[in-house]
Amino acid sequence: MKPLTAIVFKDIVIEMRSKESISSMLMFGILVLVIFMFAFEGSGLDKSLIGAGELWVAYSFAAILGLNRSLAMELDNDCLQGLLLAPLGRGALYLGKVASNFTFMIIAEFIVLPVFFILNNLSFDQRFLAIAGISILGTLGIAAVGTILSTISANTRMKEVMLPILQIPLTVPVVIAAAEATSQILNKETPEISAWLTILAGFSIVYLVISYLVFEFAVEE
Amino acid sequence: MKVKILSILSAVTLLPALYMIFLFAPTEATQGHAQRIFYIHVPLAVIGAYGSAILLFIGSLGFLITRDLKWDRFGAVAAEMGIVFTSAQLLTAMMWAKPIWGTWYVFDSRGTLQIVLLLIFVAYFMLRSYLPDRDKRAKLCAVFGLLGMVDVPINYLSIYLFRTQHPQAVISPGGGGVEREMGYTLLMSAIAILFFYAYVFVRRLTIARVEEEVDYYTQVILANE
Repeated sequence: MKPLTAIVFKDIVIEMRSKESISSMLMFGILVLVIFMFAFEGSGLDKSLIGAGELWVAYSFAAILGLNRSLAMELDNDCLQGLLLAPLGRGALYLGKVASNFTFMIIAEFIVLPVFFILNNLSFDQRFLAIAGISILGTLGIAAVGTILSTISANTRMKEVMLPILQIPLTVPVVIAAAEATSQILNKETPEISAWLTILAGFSIVYLVISYLVFEFAVEE
Repeated sequence: MKVKILSILSAVTLLPALYMIFLFAPTEATQGHAQRIFYIHVPLAVIGAYGSAILLFIGSLGFLITRDLKWDRFGAVAAEMGIVFTSAQLLTAMMWAKPIWGTWYVFDSRGTLQIVLLLIFVAYFMLRSYLPDRDKRAKLCAVFGLLGMVDVPINYLSIYLFRTQHPQAVISPGGGGVEREMGYTLLMSAIAILFFYAYVFVRRLTIARVEEEVDYYTQVILANE
């Protein structure tokens, strides 16, 4: 547990000093929401139907931005080498990076979410809490896949371009399940929500376990 | 020798398969001749797309366990075949869907799964071409191949929950079953495509090995100059 908390603590300290990751994710997420608002404003489409997709597009694109930043930070000054030399297992390193990526994403998302509610003129009732819960589950899945994929893409010649190409197809189940669950909450009809939540949780568990096992191959020199 | 046998087998089976598809199989009552594409489409999906996914999974896992570069080649060839066969299968689906459903593409469960599968194959392929170092490429691609192929069943599950417009599987327990001639035609076509797939796969694997040797000798020559 100790190496894990040490990595998270280190990342939080860096983030408090540089304020790069959360602010860029936050700005990007809000920009996506605003652009969608312009795109759909005159169309007369029901907000509760398109809202869920809008929110998860904002979340998943902002997450990619944050993941790119998180690994770029480790590559500057060869910090990753230092982490690899530290006396901790590769799996622990992976879990630590997942935890810190997850924390930053969640902080940004919990600021984007109220903005989403305000822009779409929704009232802050139980639905807000329910969607916040779904955000936590979905973000865990995105962070689990994204952390290992950002490590892979960091080795390529086109680092920032490669990550979305690798990540978006793999996170399709998360985005589908999370968007469906969110849309059911927004419509106040939740017939299949437990199935969607199971998929979200299952996805996160499967990817946390597999990535934990294969992470050493991704960072090996 | 193995390649030769496979090439002969695929030629011998493809011709009768074509005959059976166009002449032997009865015309379907409601869909007419458009239904004949089913005999190509189903084997392409099952053998071409899912088969490639399984082979890529085996190749990736094999490399991570043994660290033998031959498994890396295996995975790379599987991904290439996946791109070709999944695209072909999506094209046949579109050709069928336009006259029958009146639209090229519908975001139903299986169609979406195929598109995501194709995107993962393409992503794997792009990742390969952006990694210059041989060993690093093998390692990272194996990791991505593994992660990508684990995604396929989860994807299927999540997409399956969407209401599906795809015709329900007729050849399955609980499926409606098909006319006997249709069943034979599908079987023949599946065998033909299986041999064809195996032939192209083995051929491509040999070429991949030669390519690697050429790469190696080019580097040796450049180093000695």
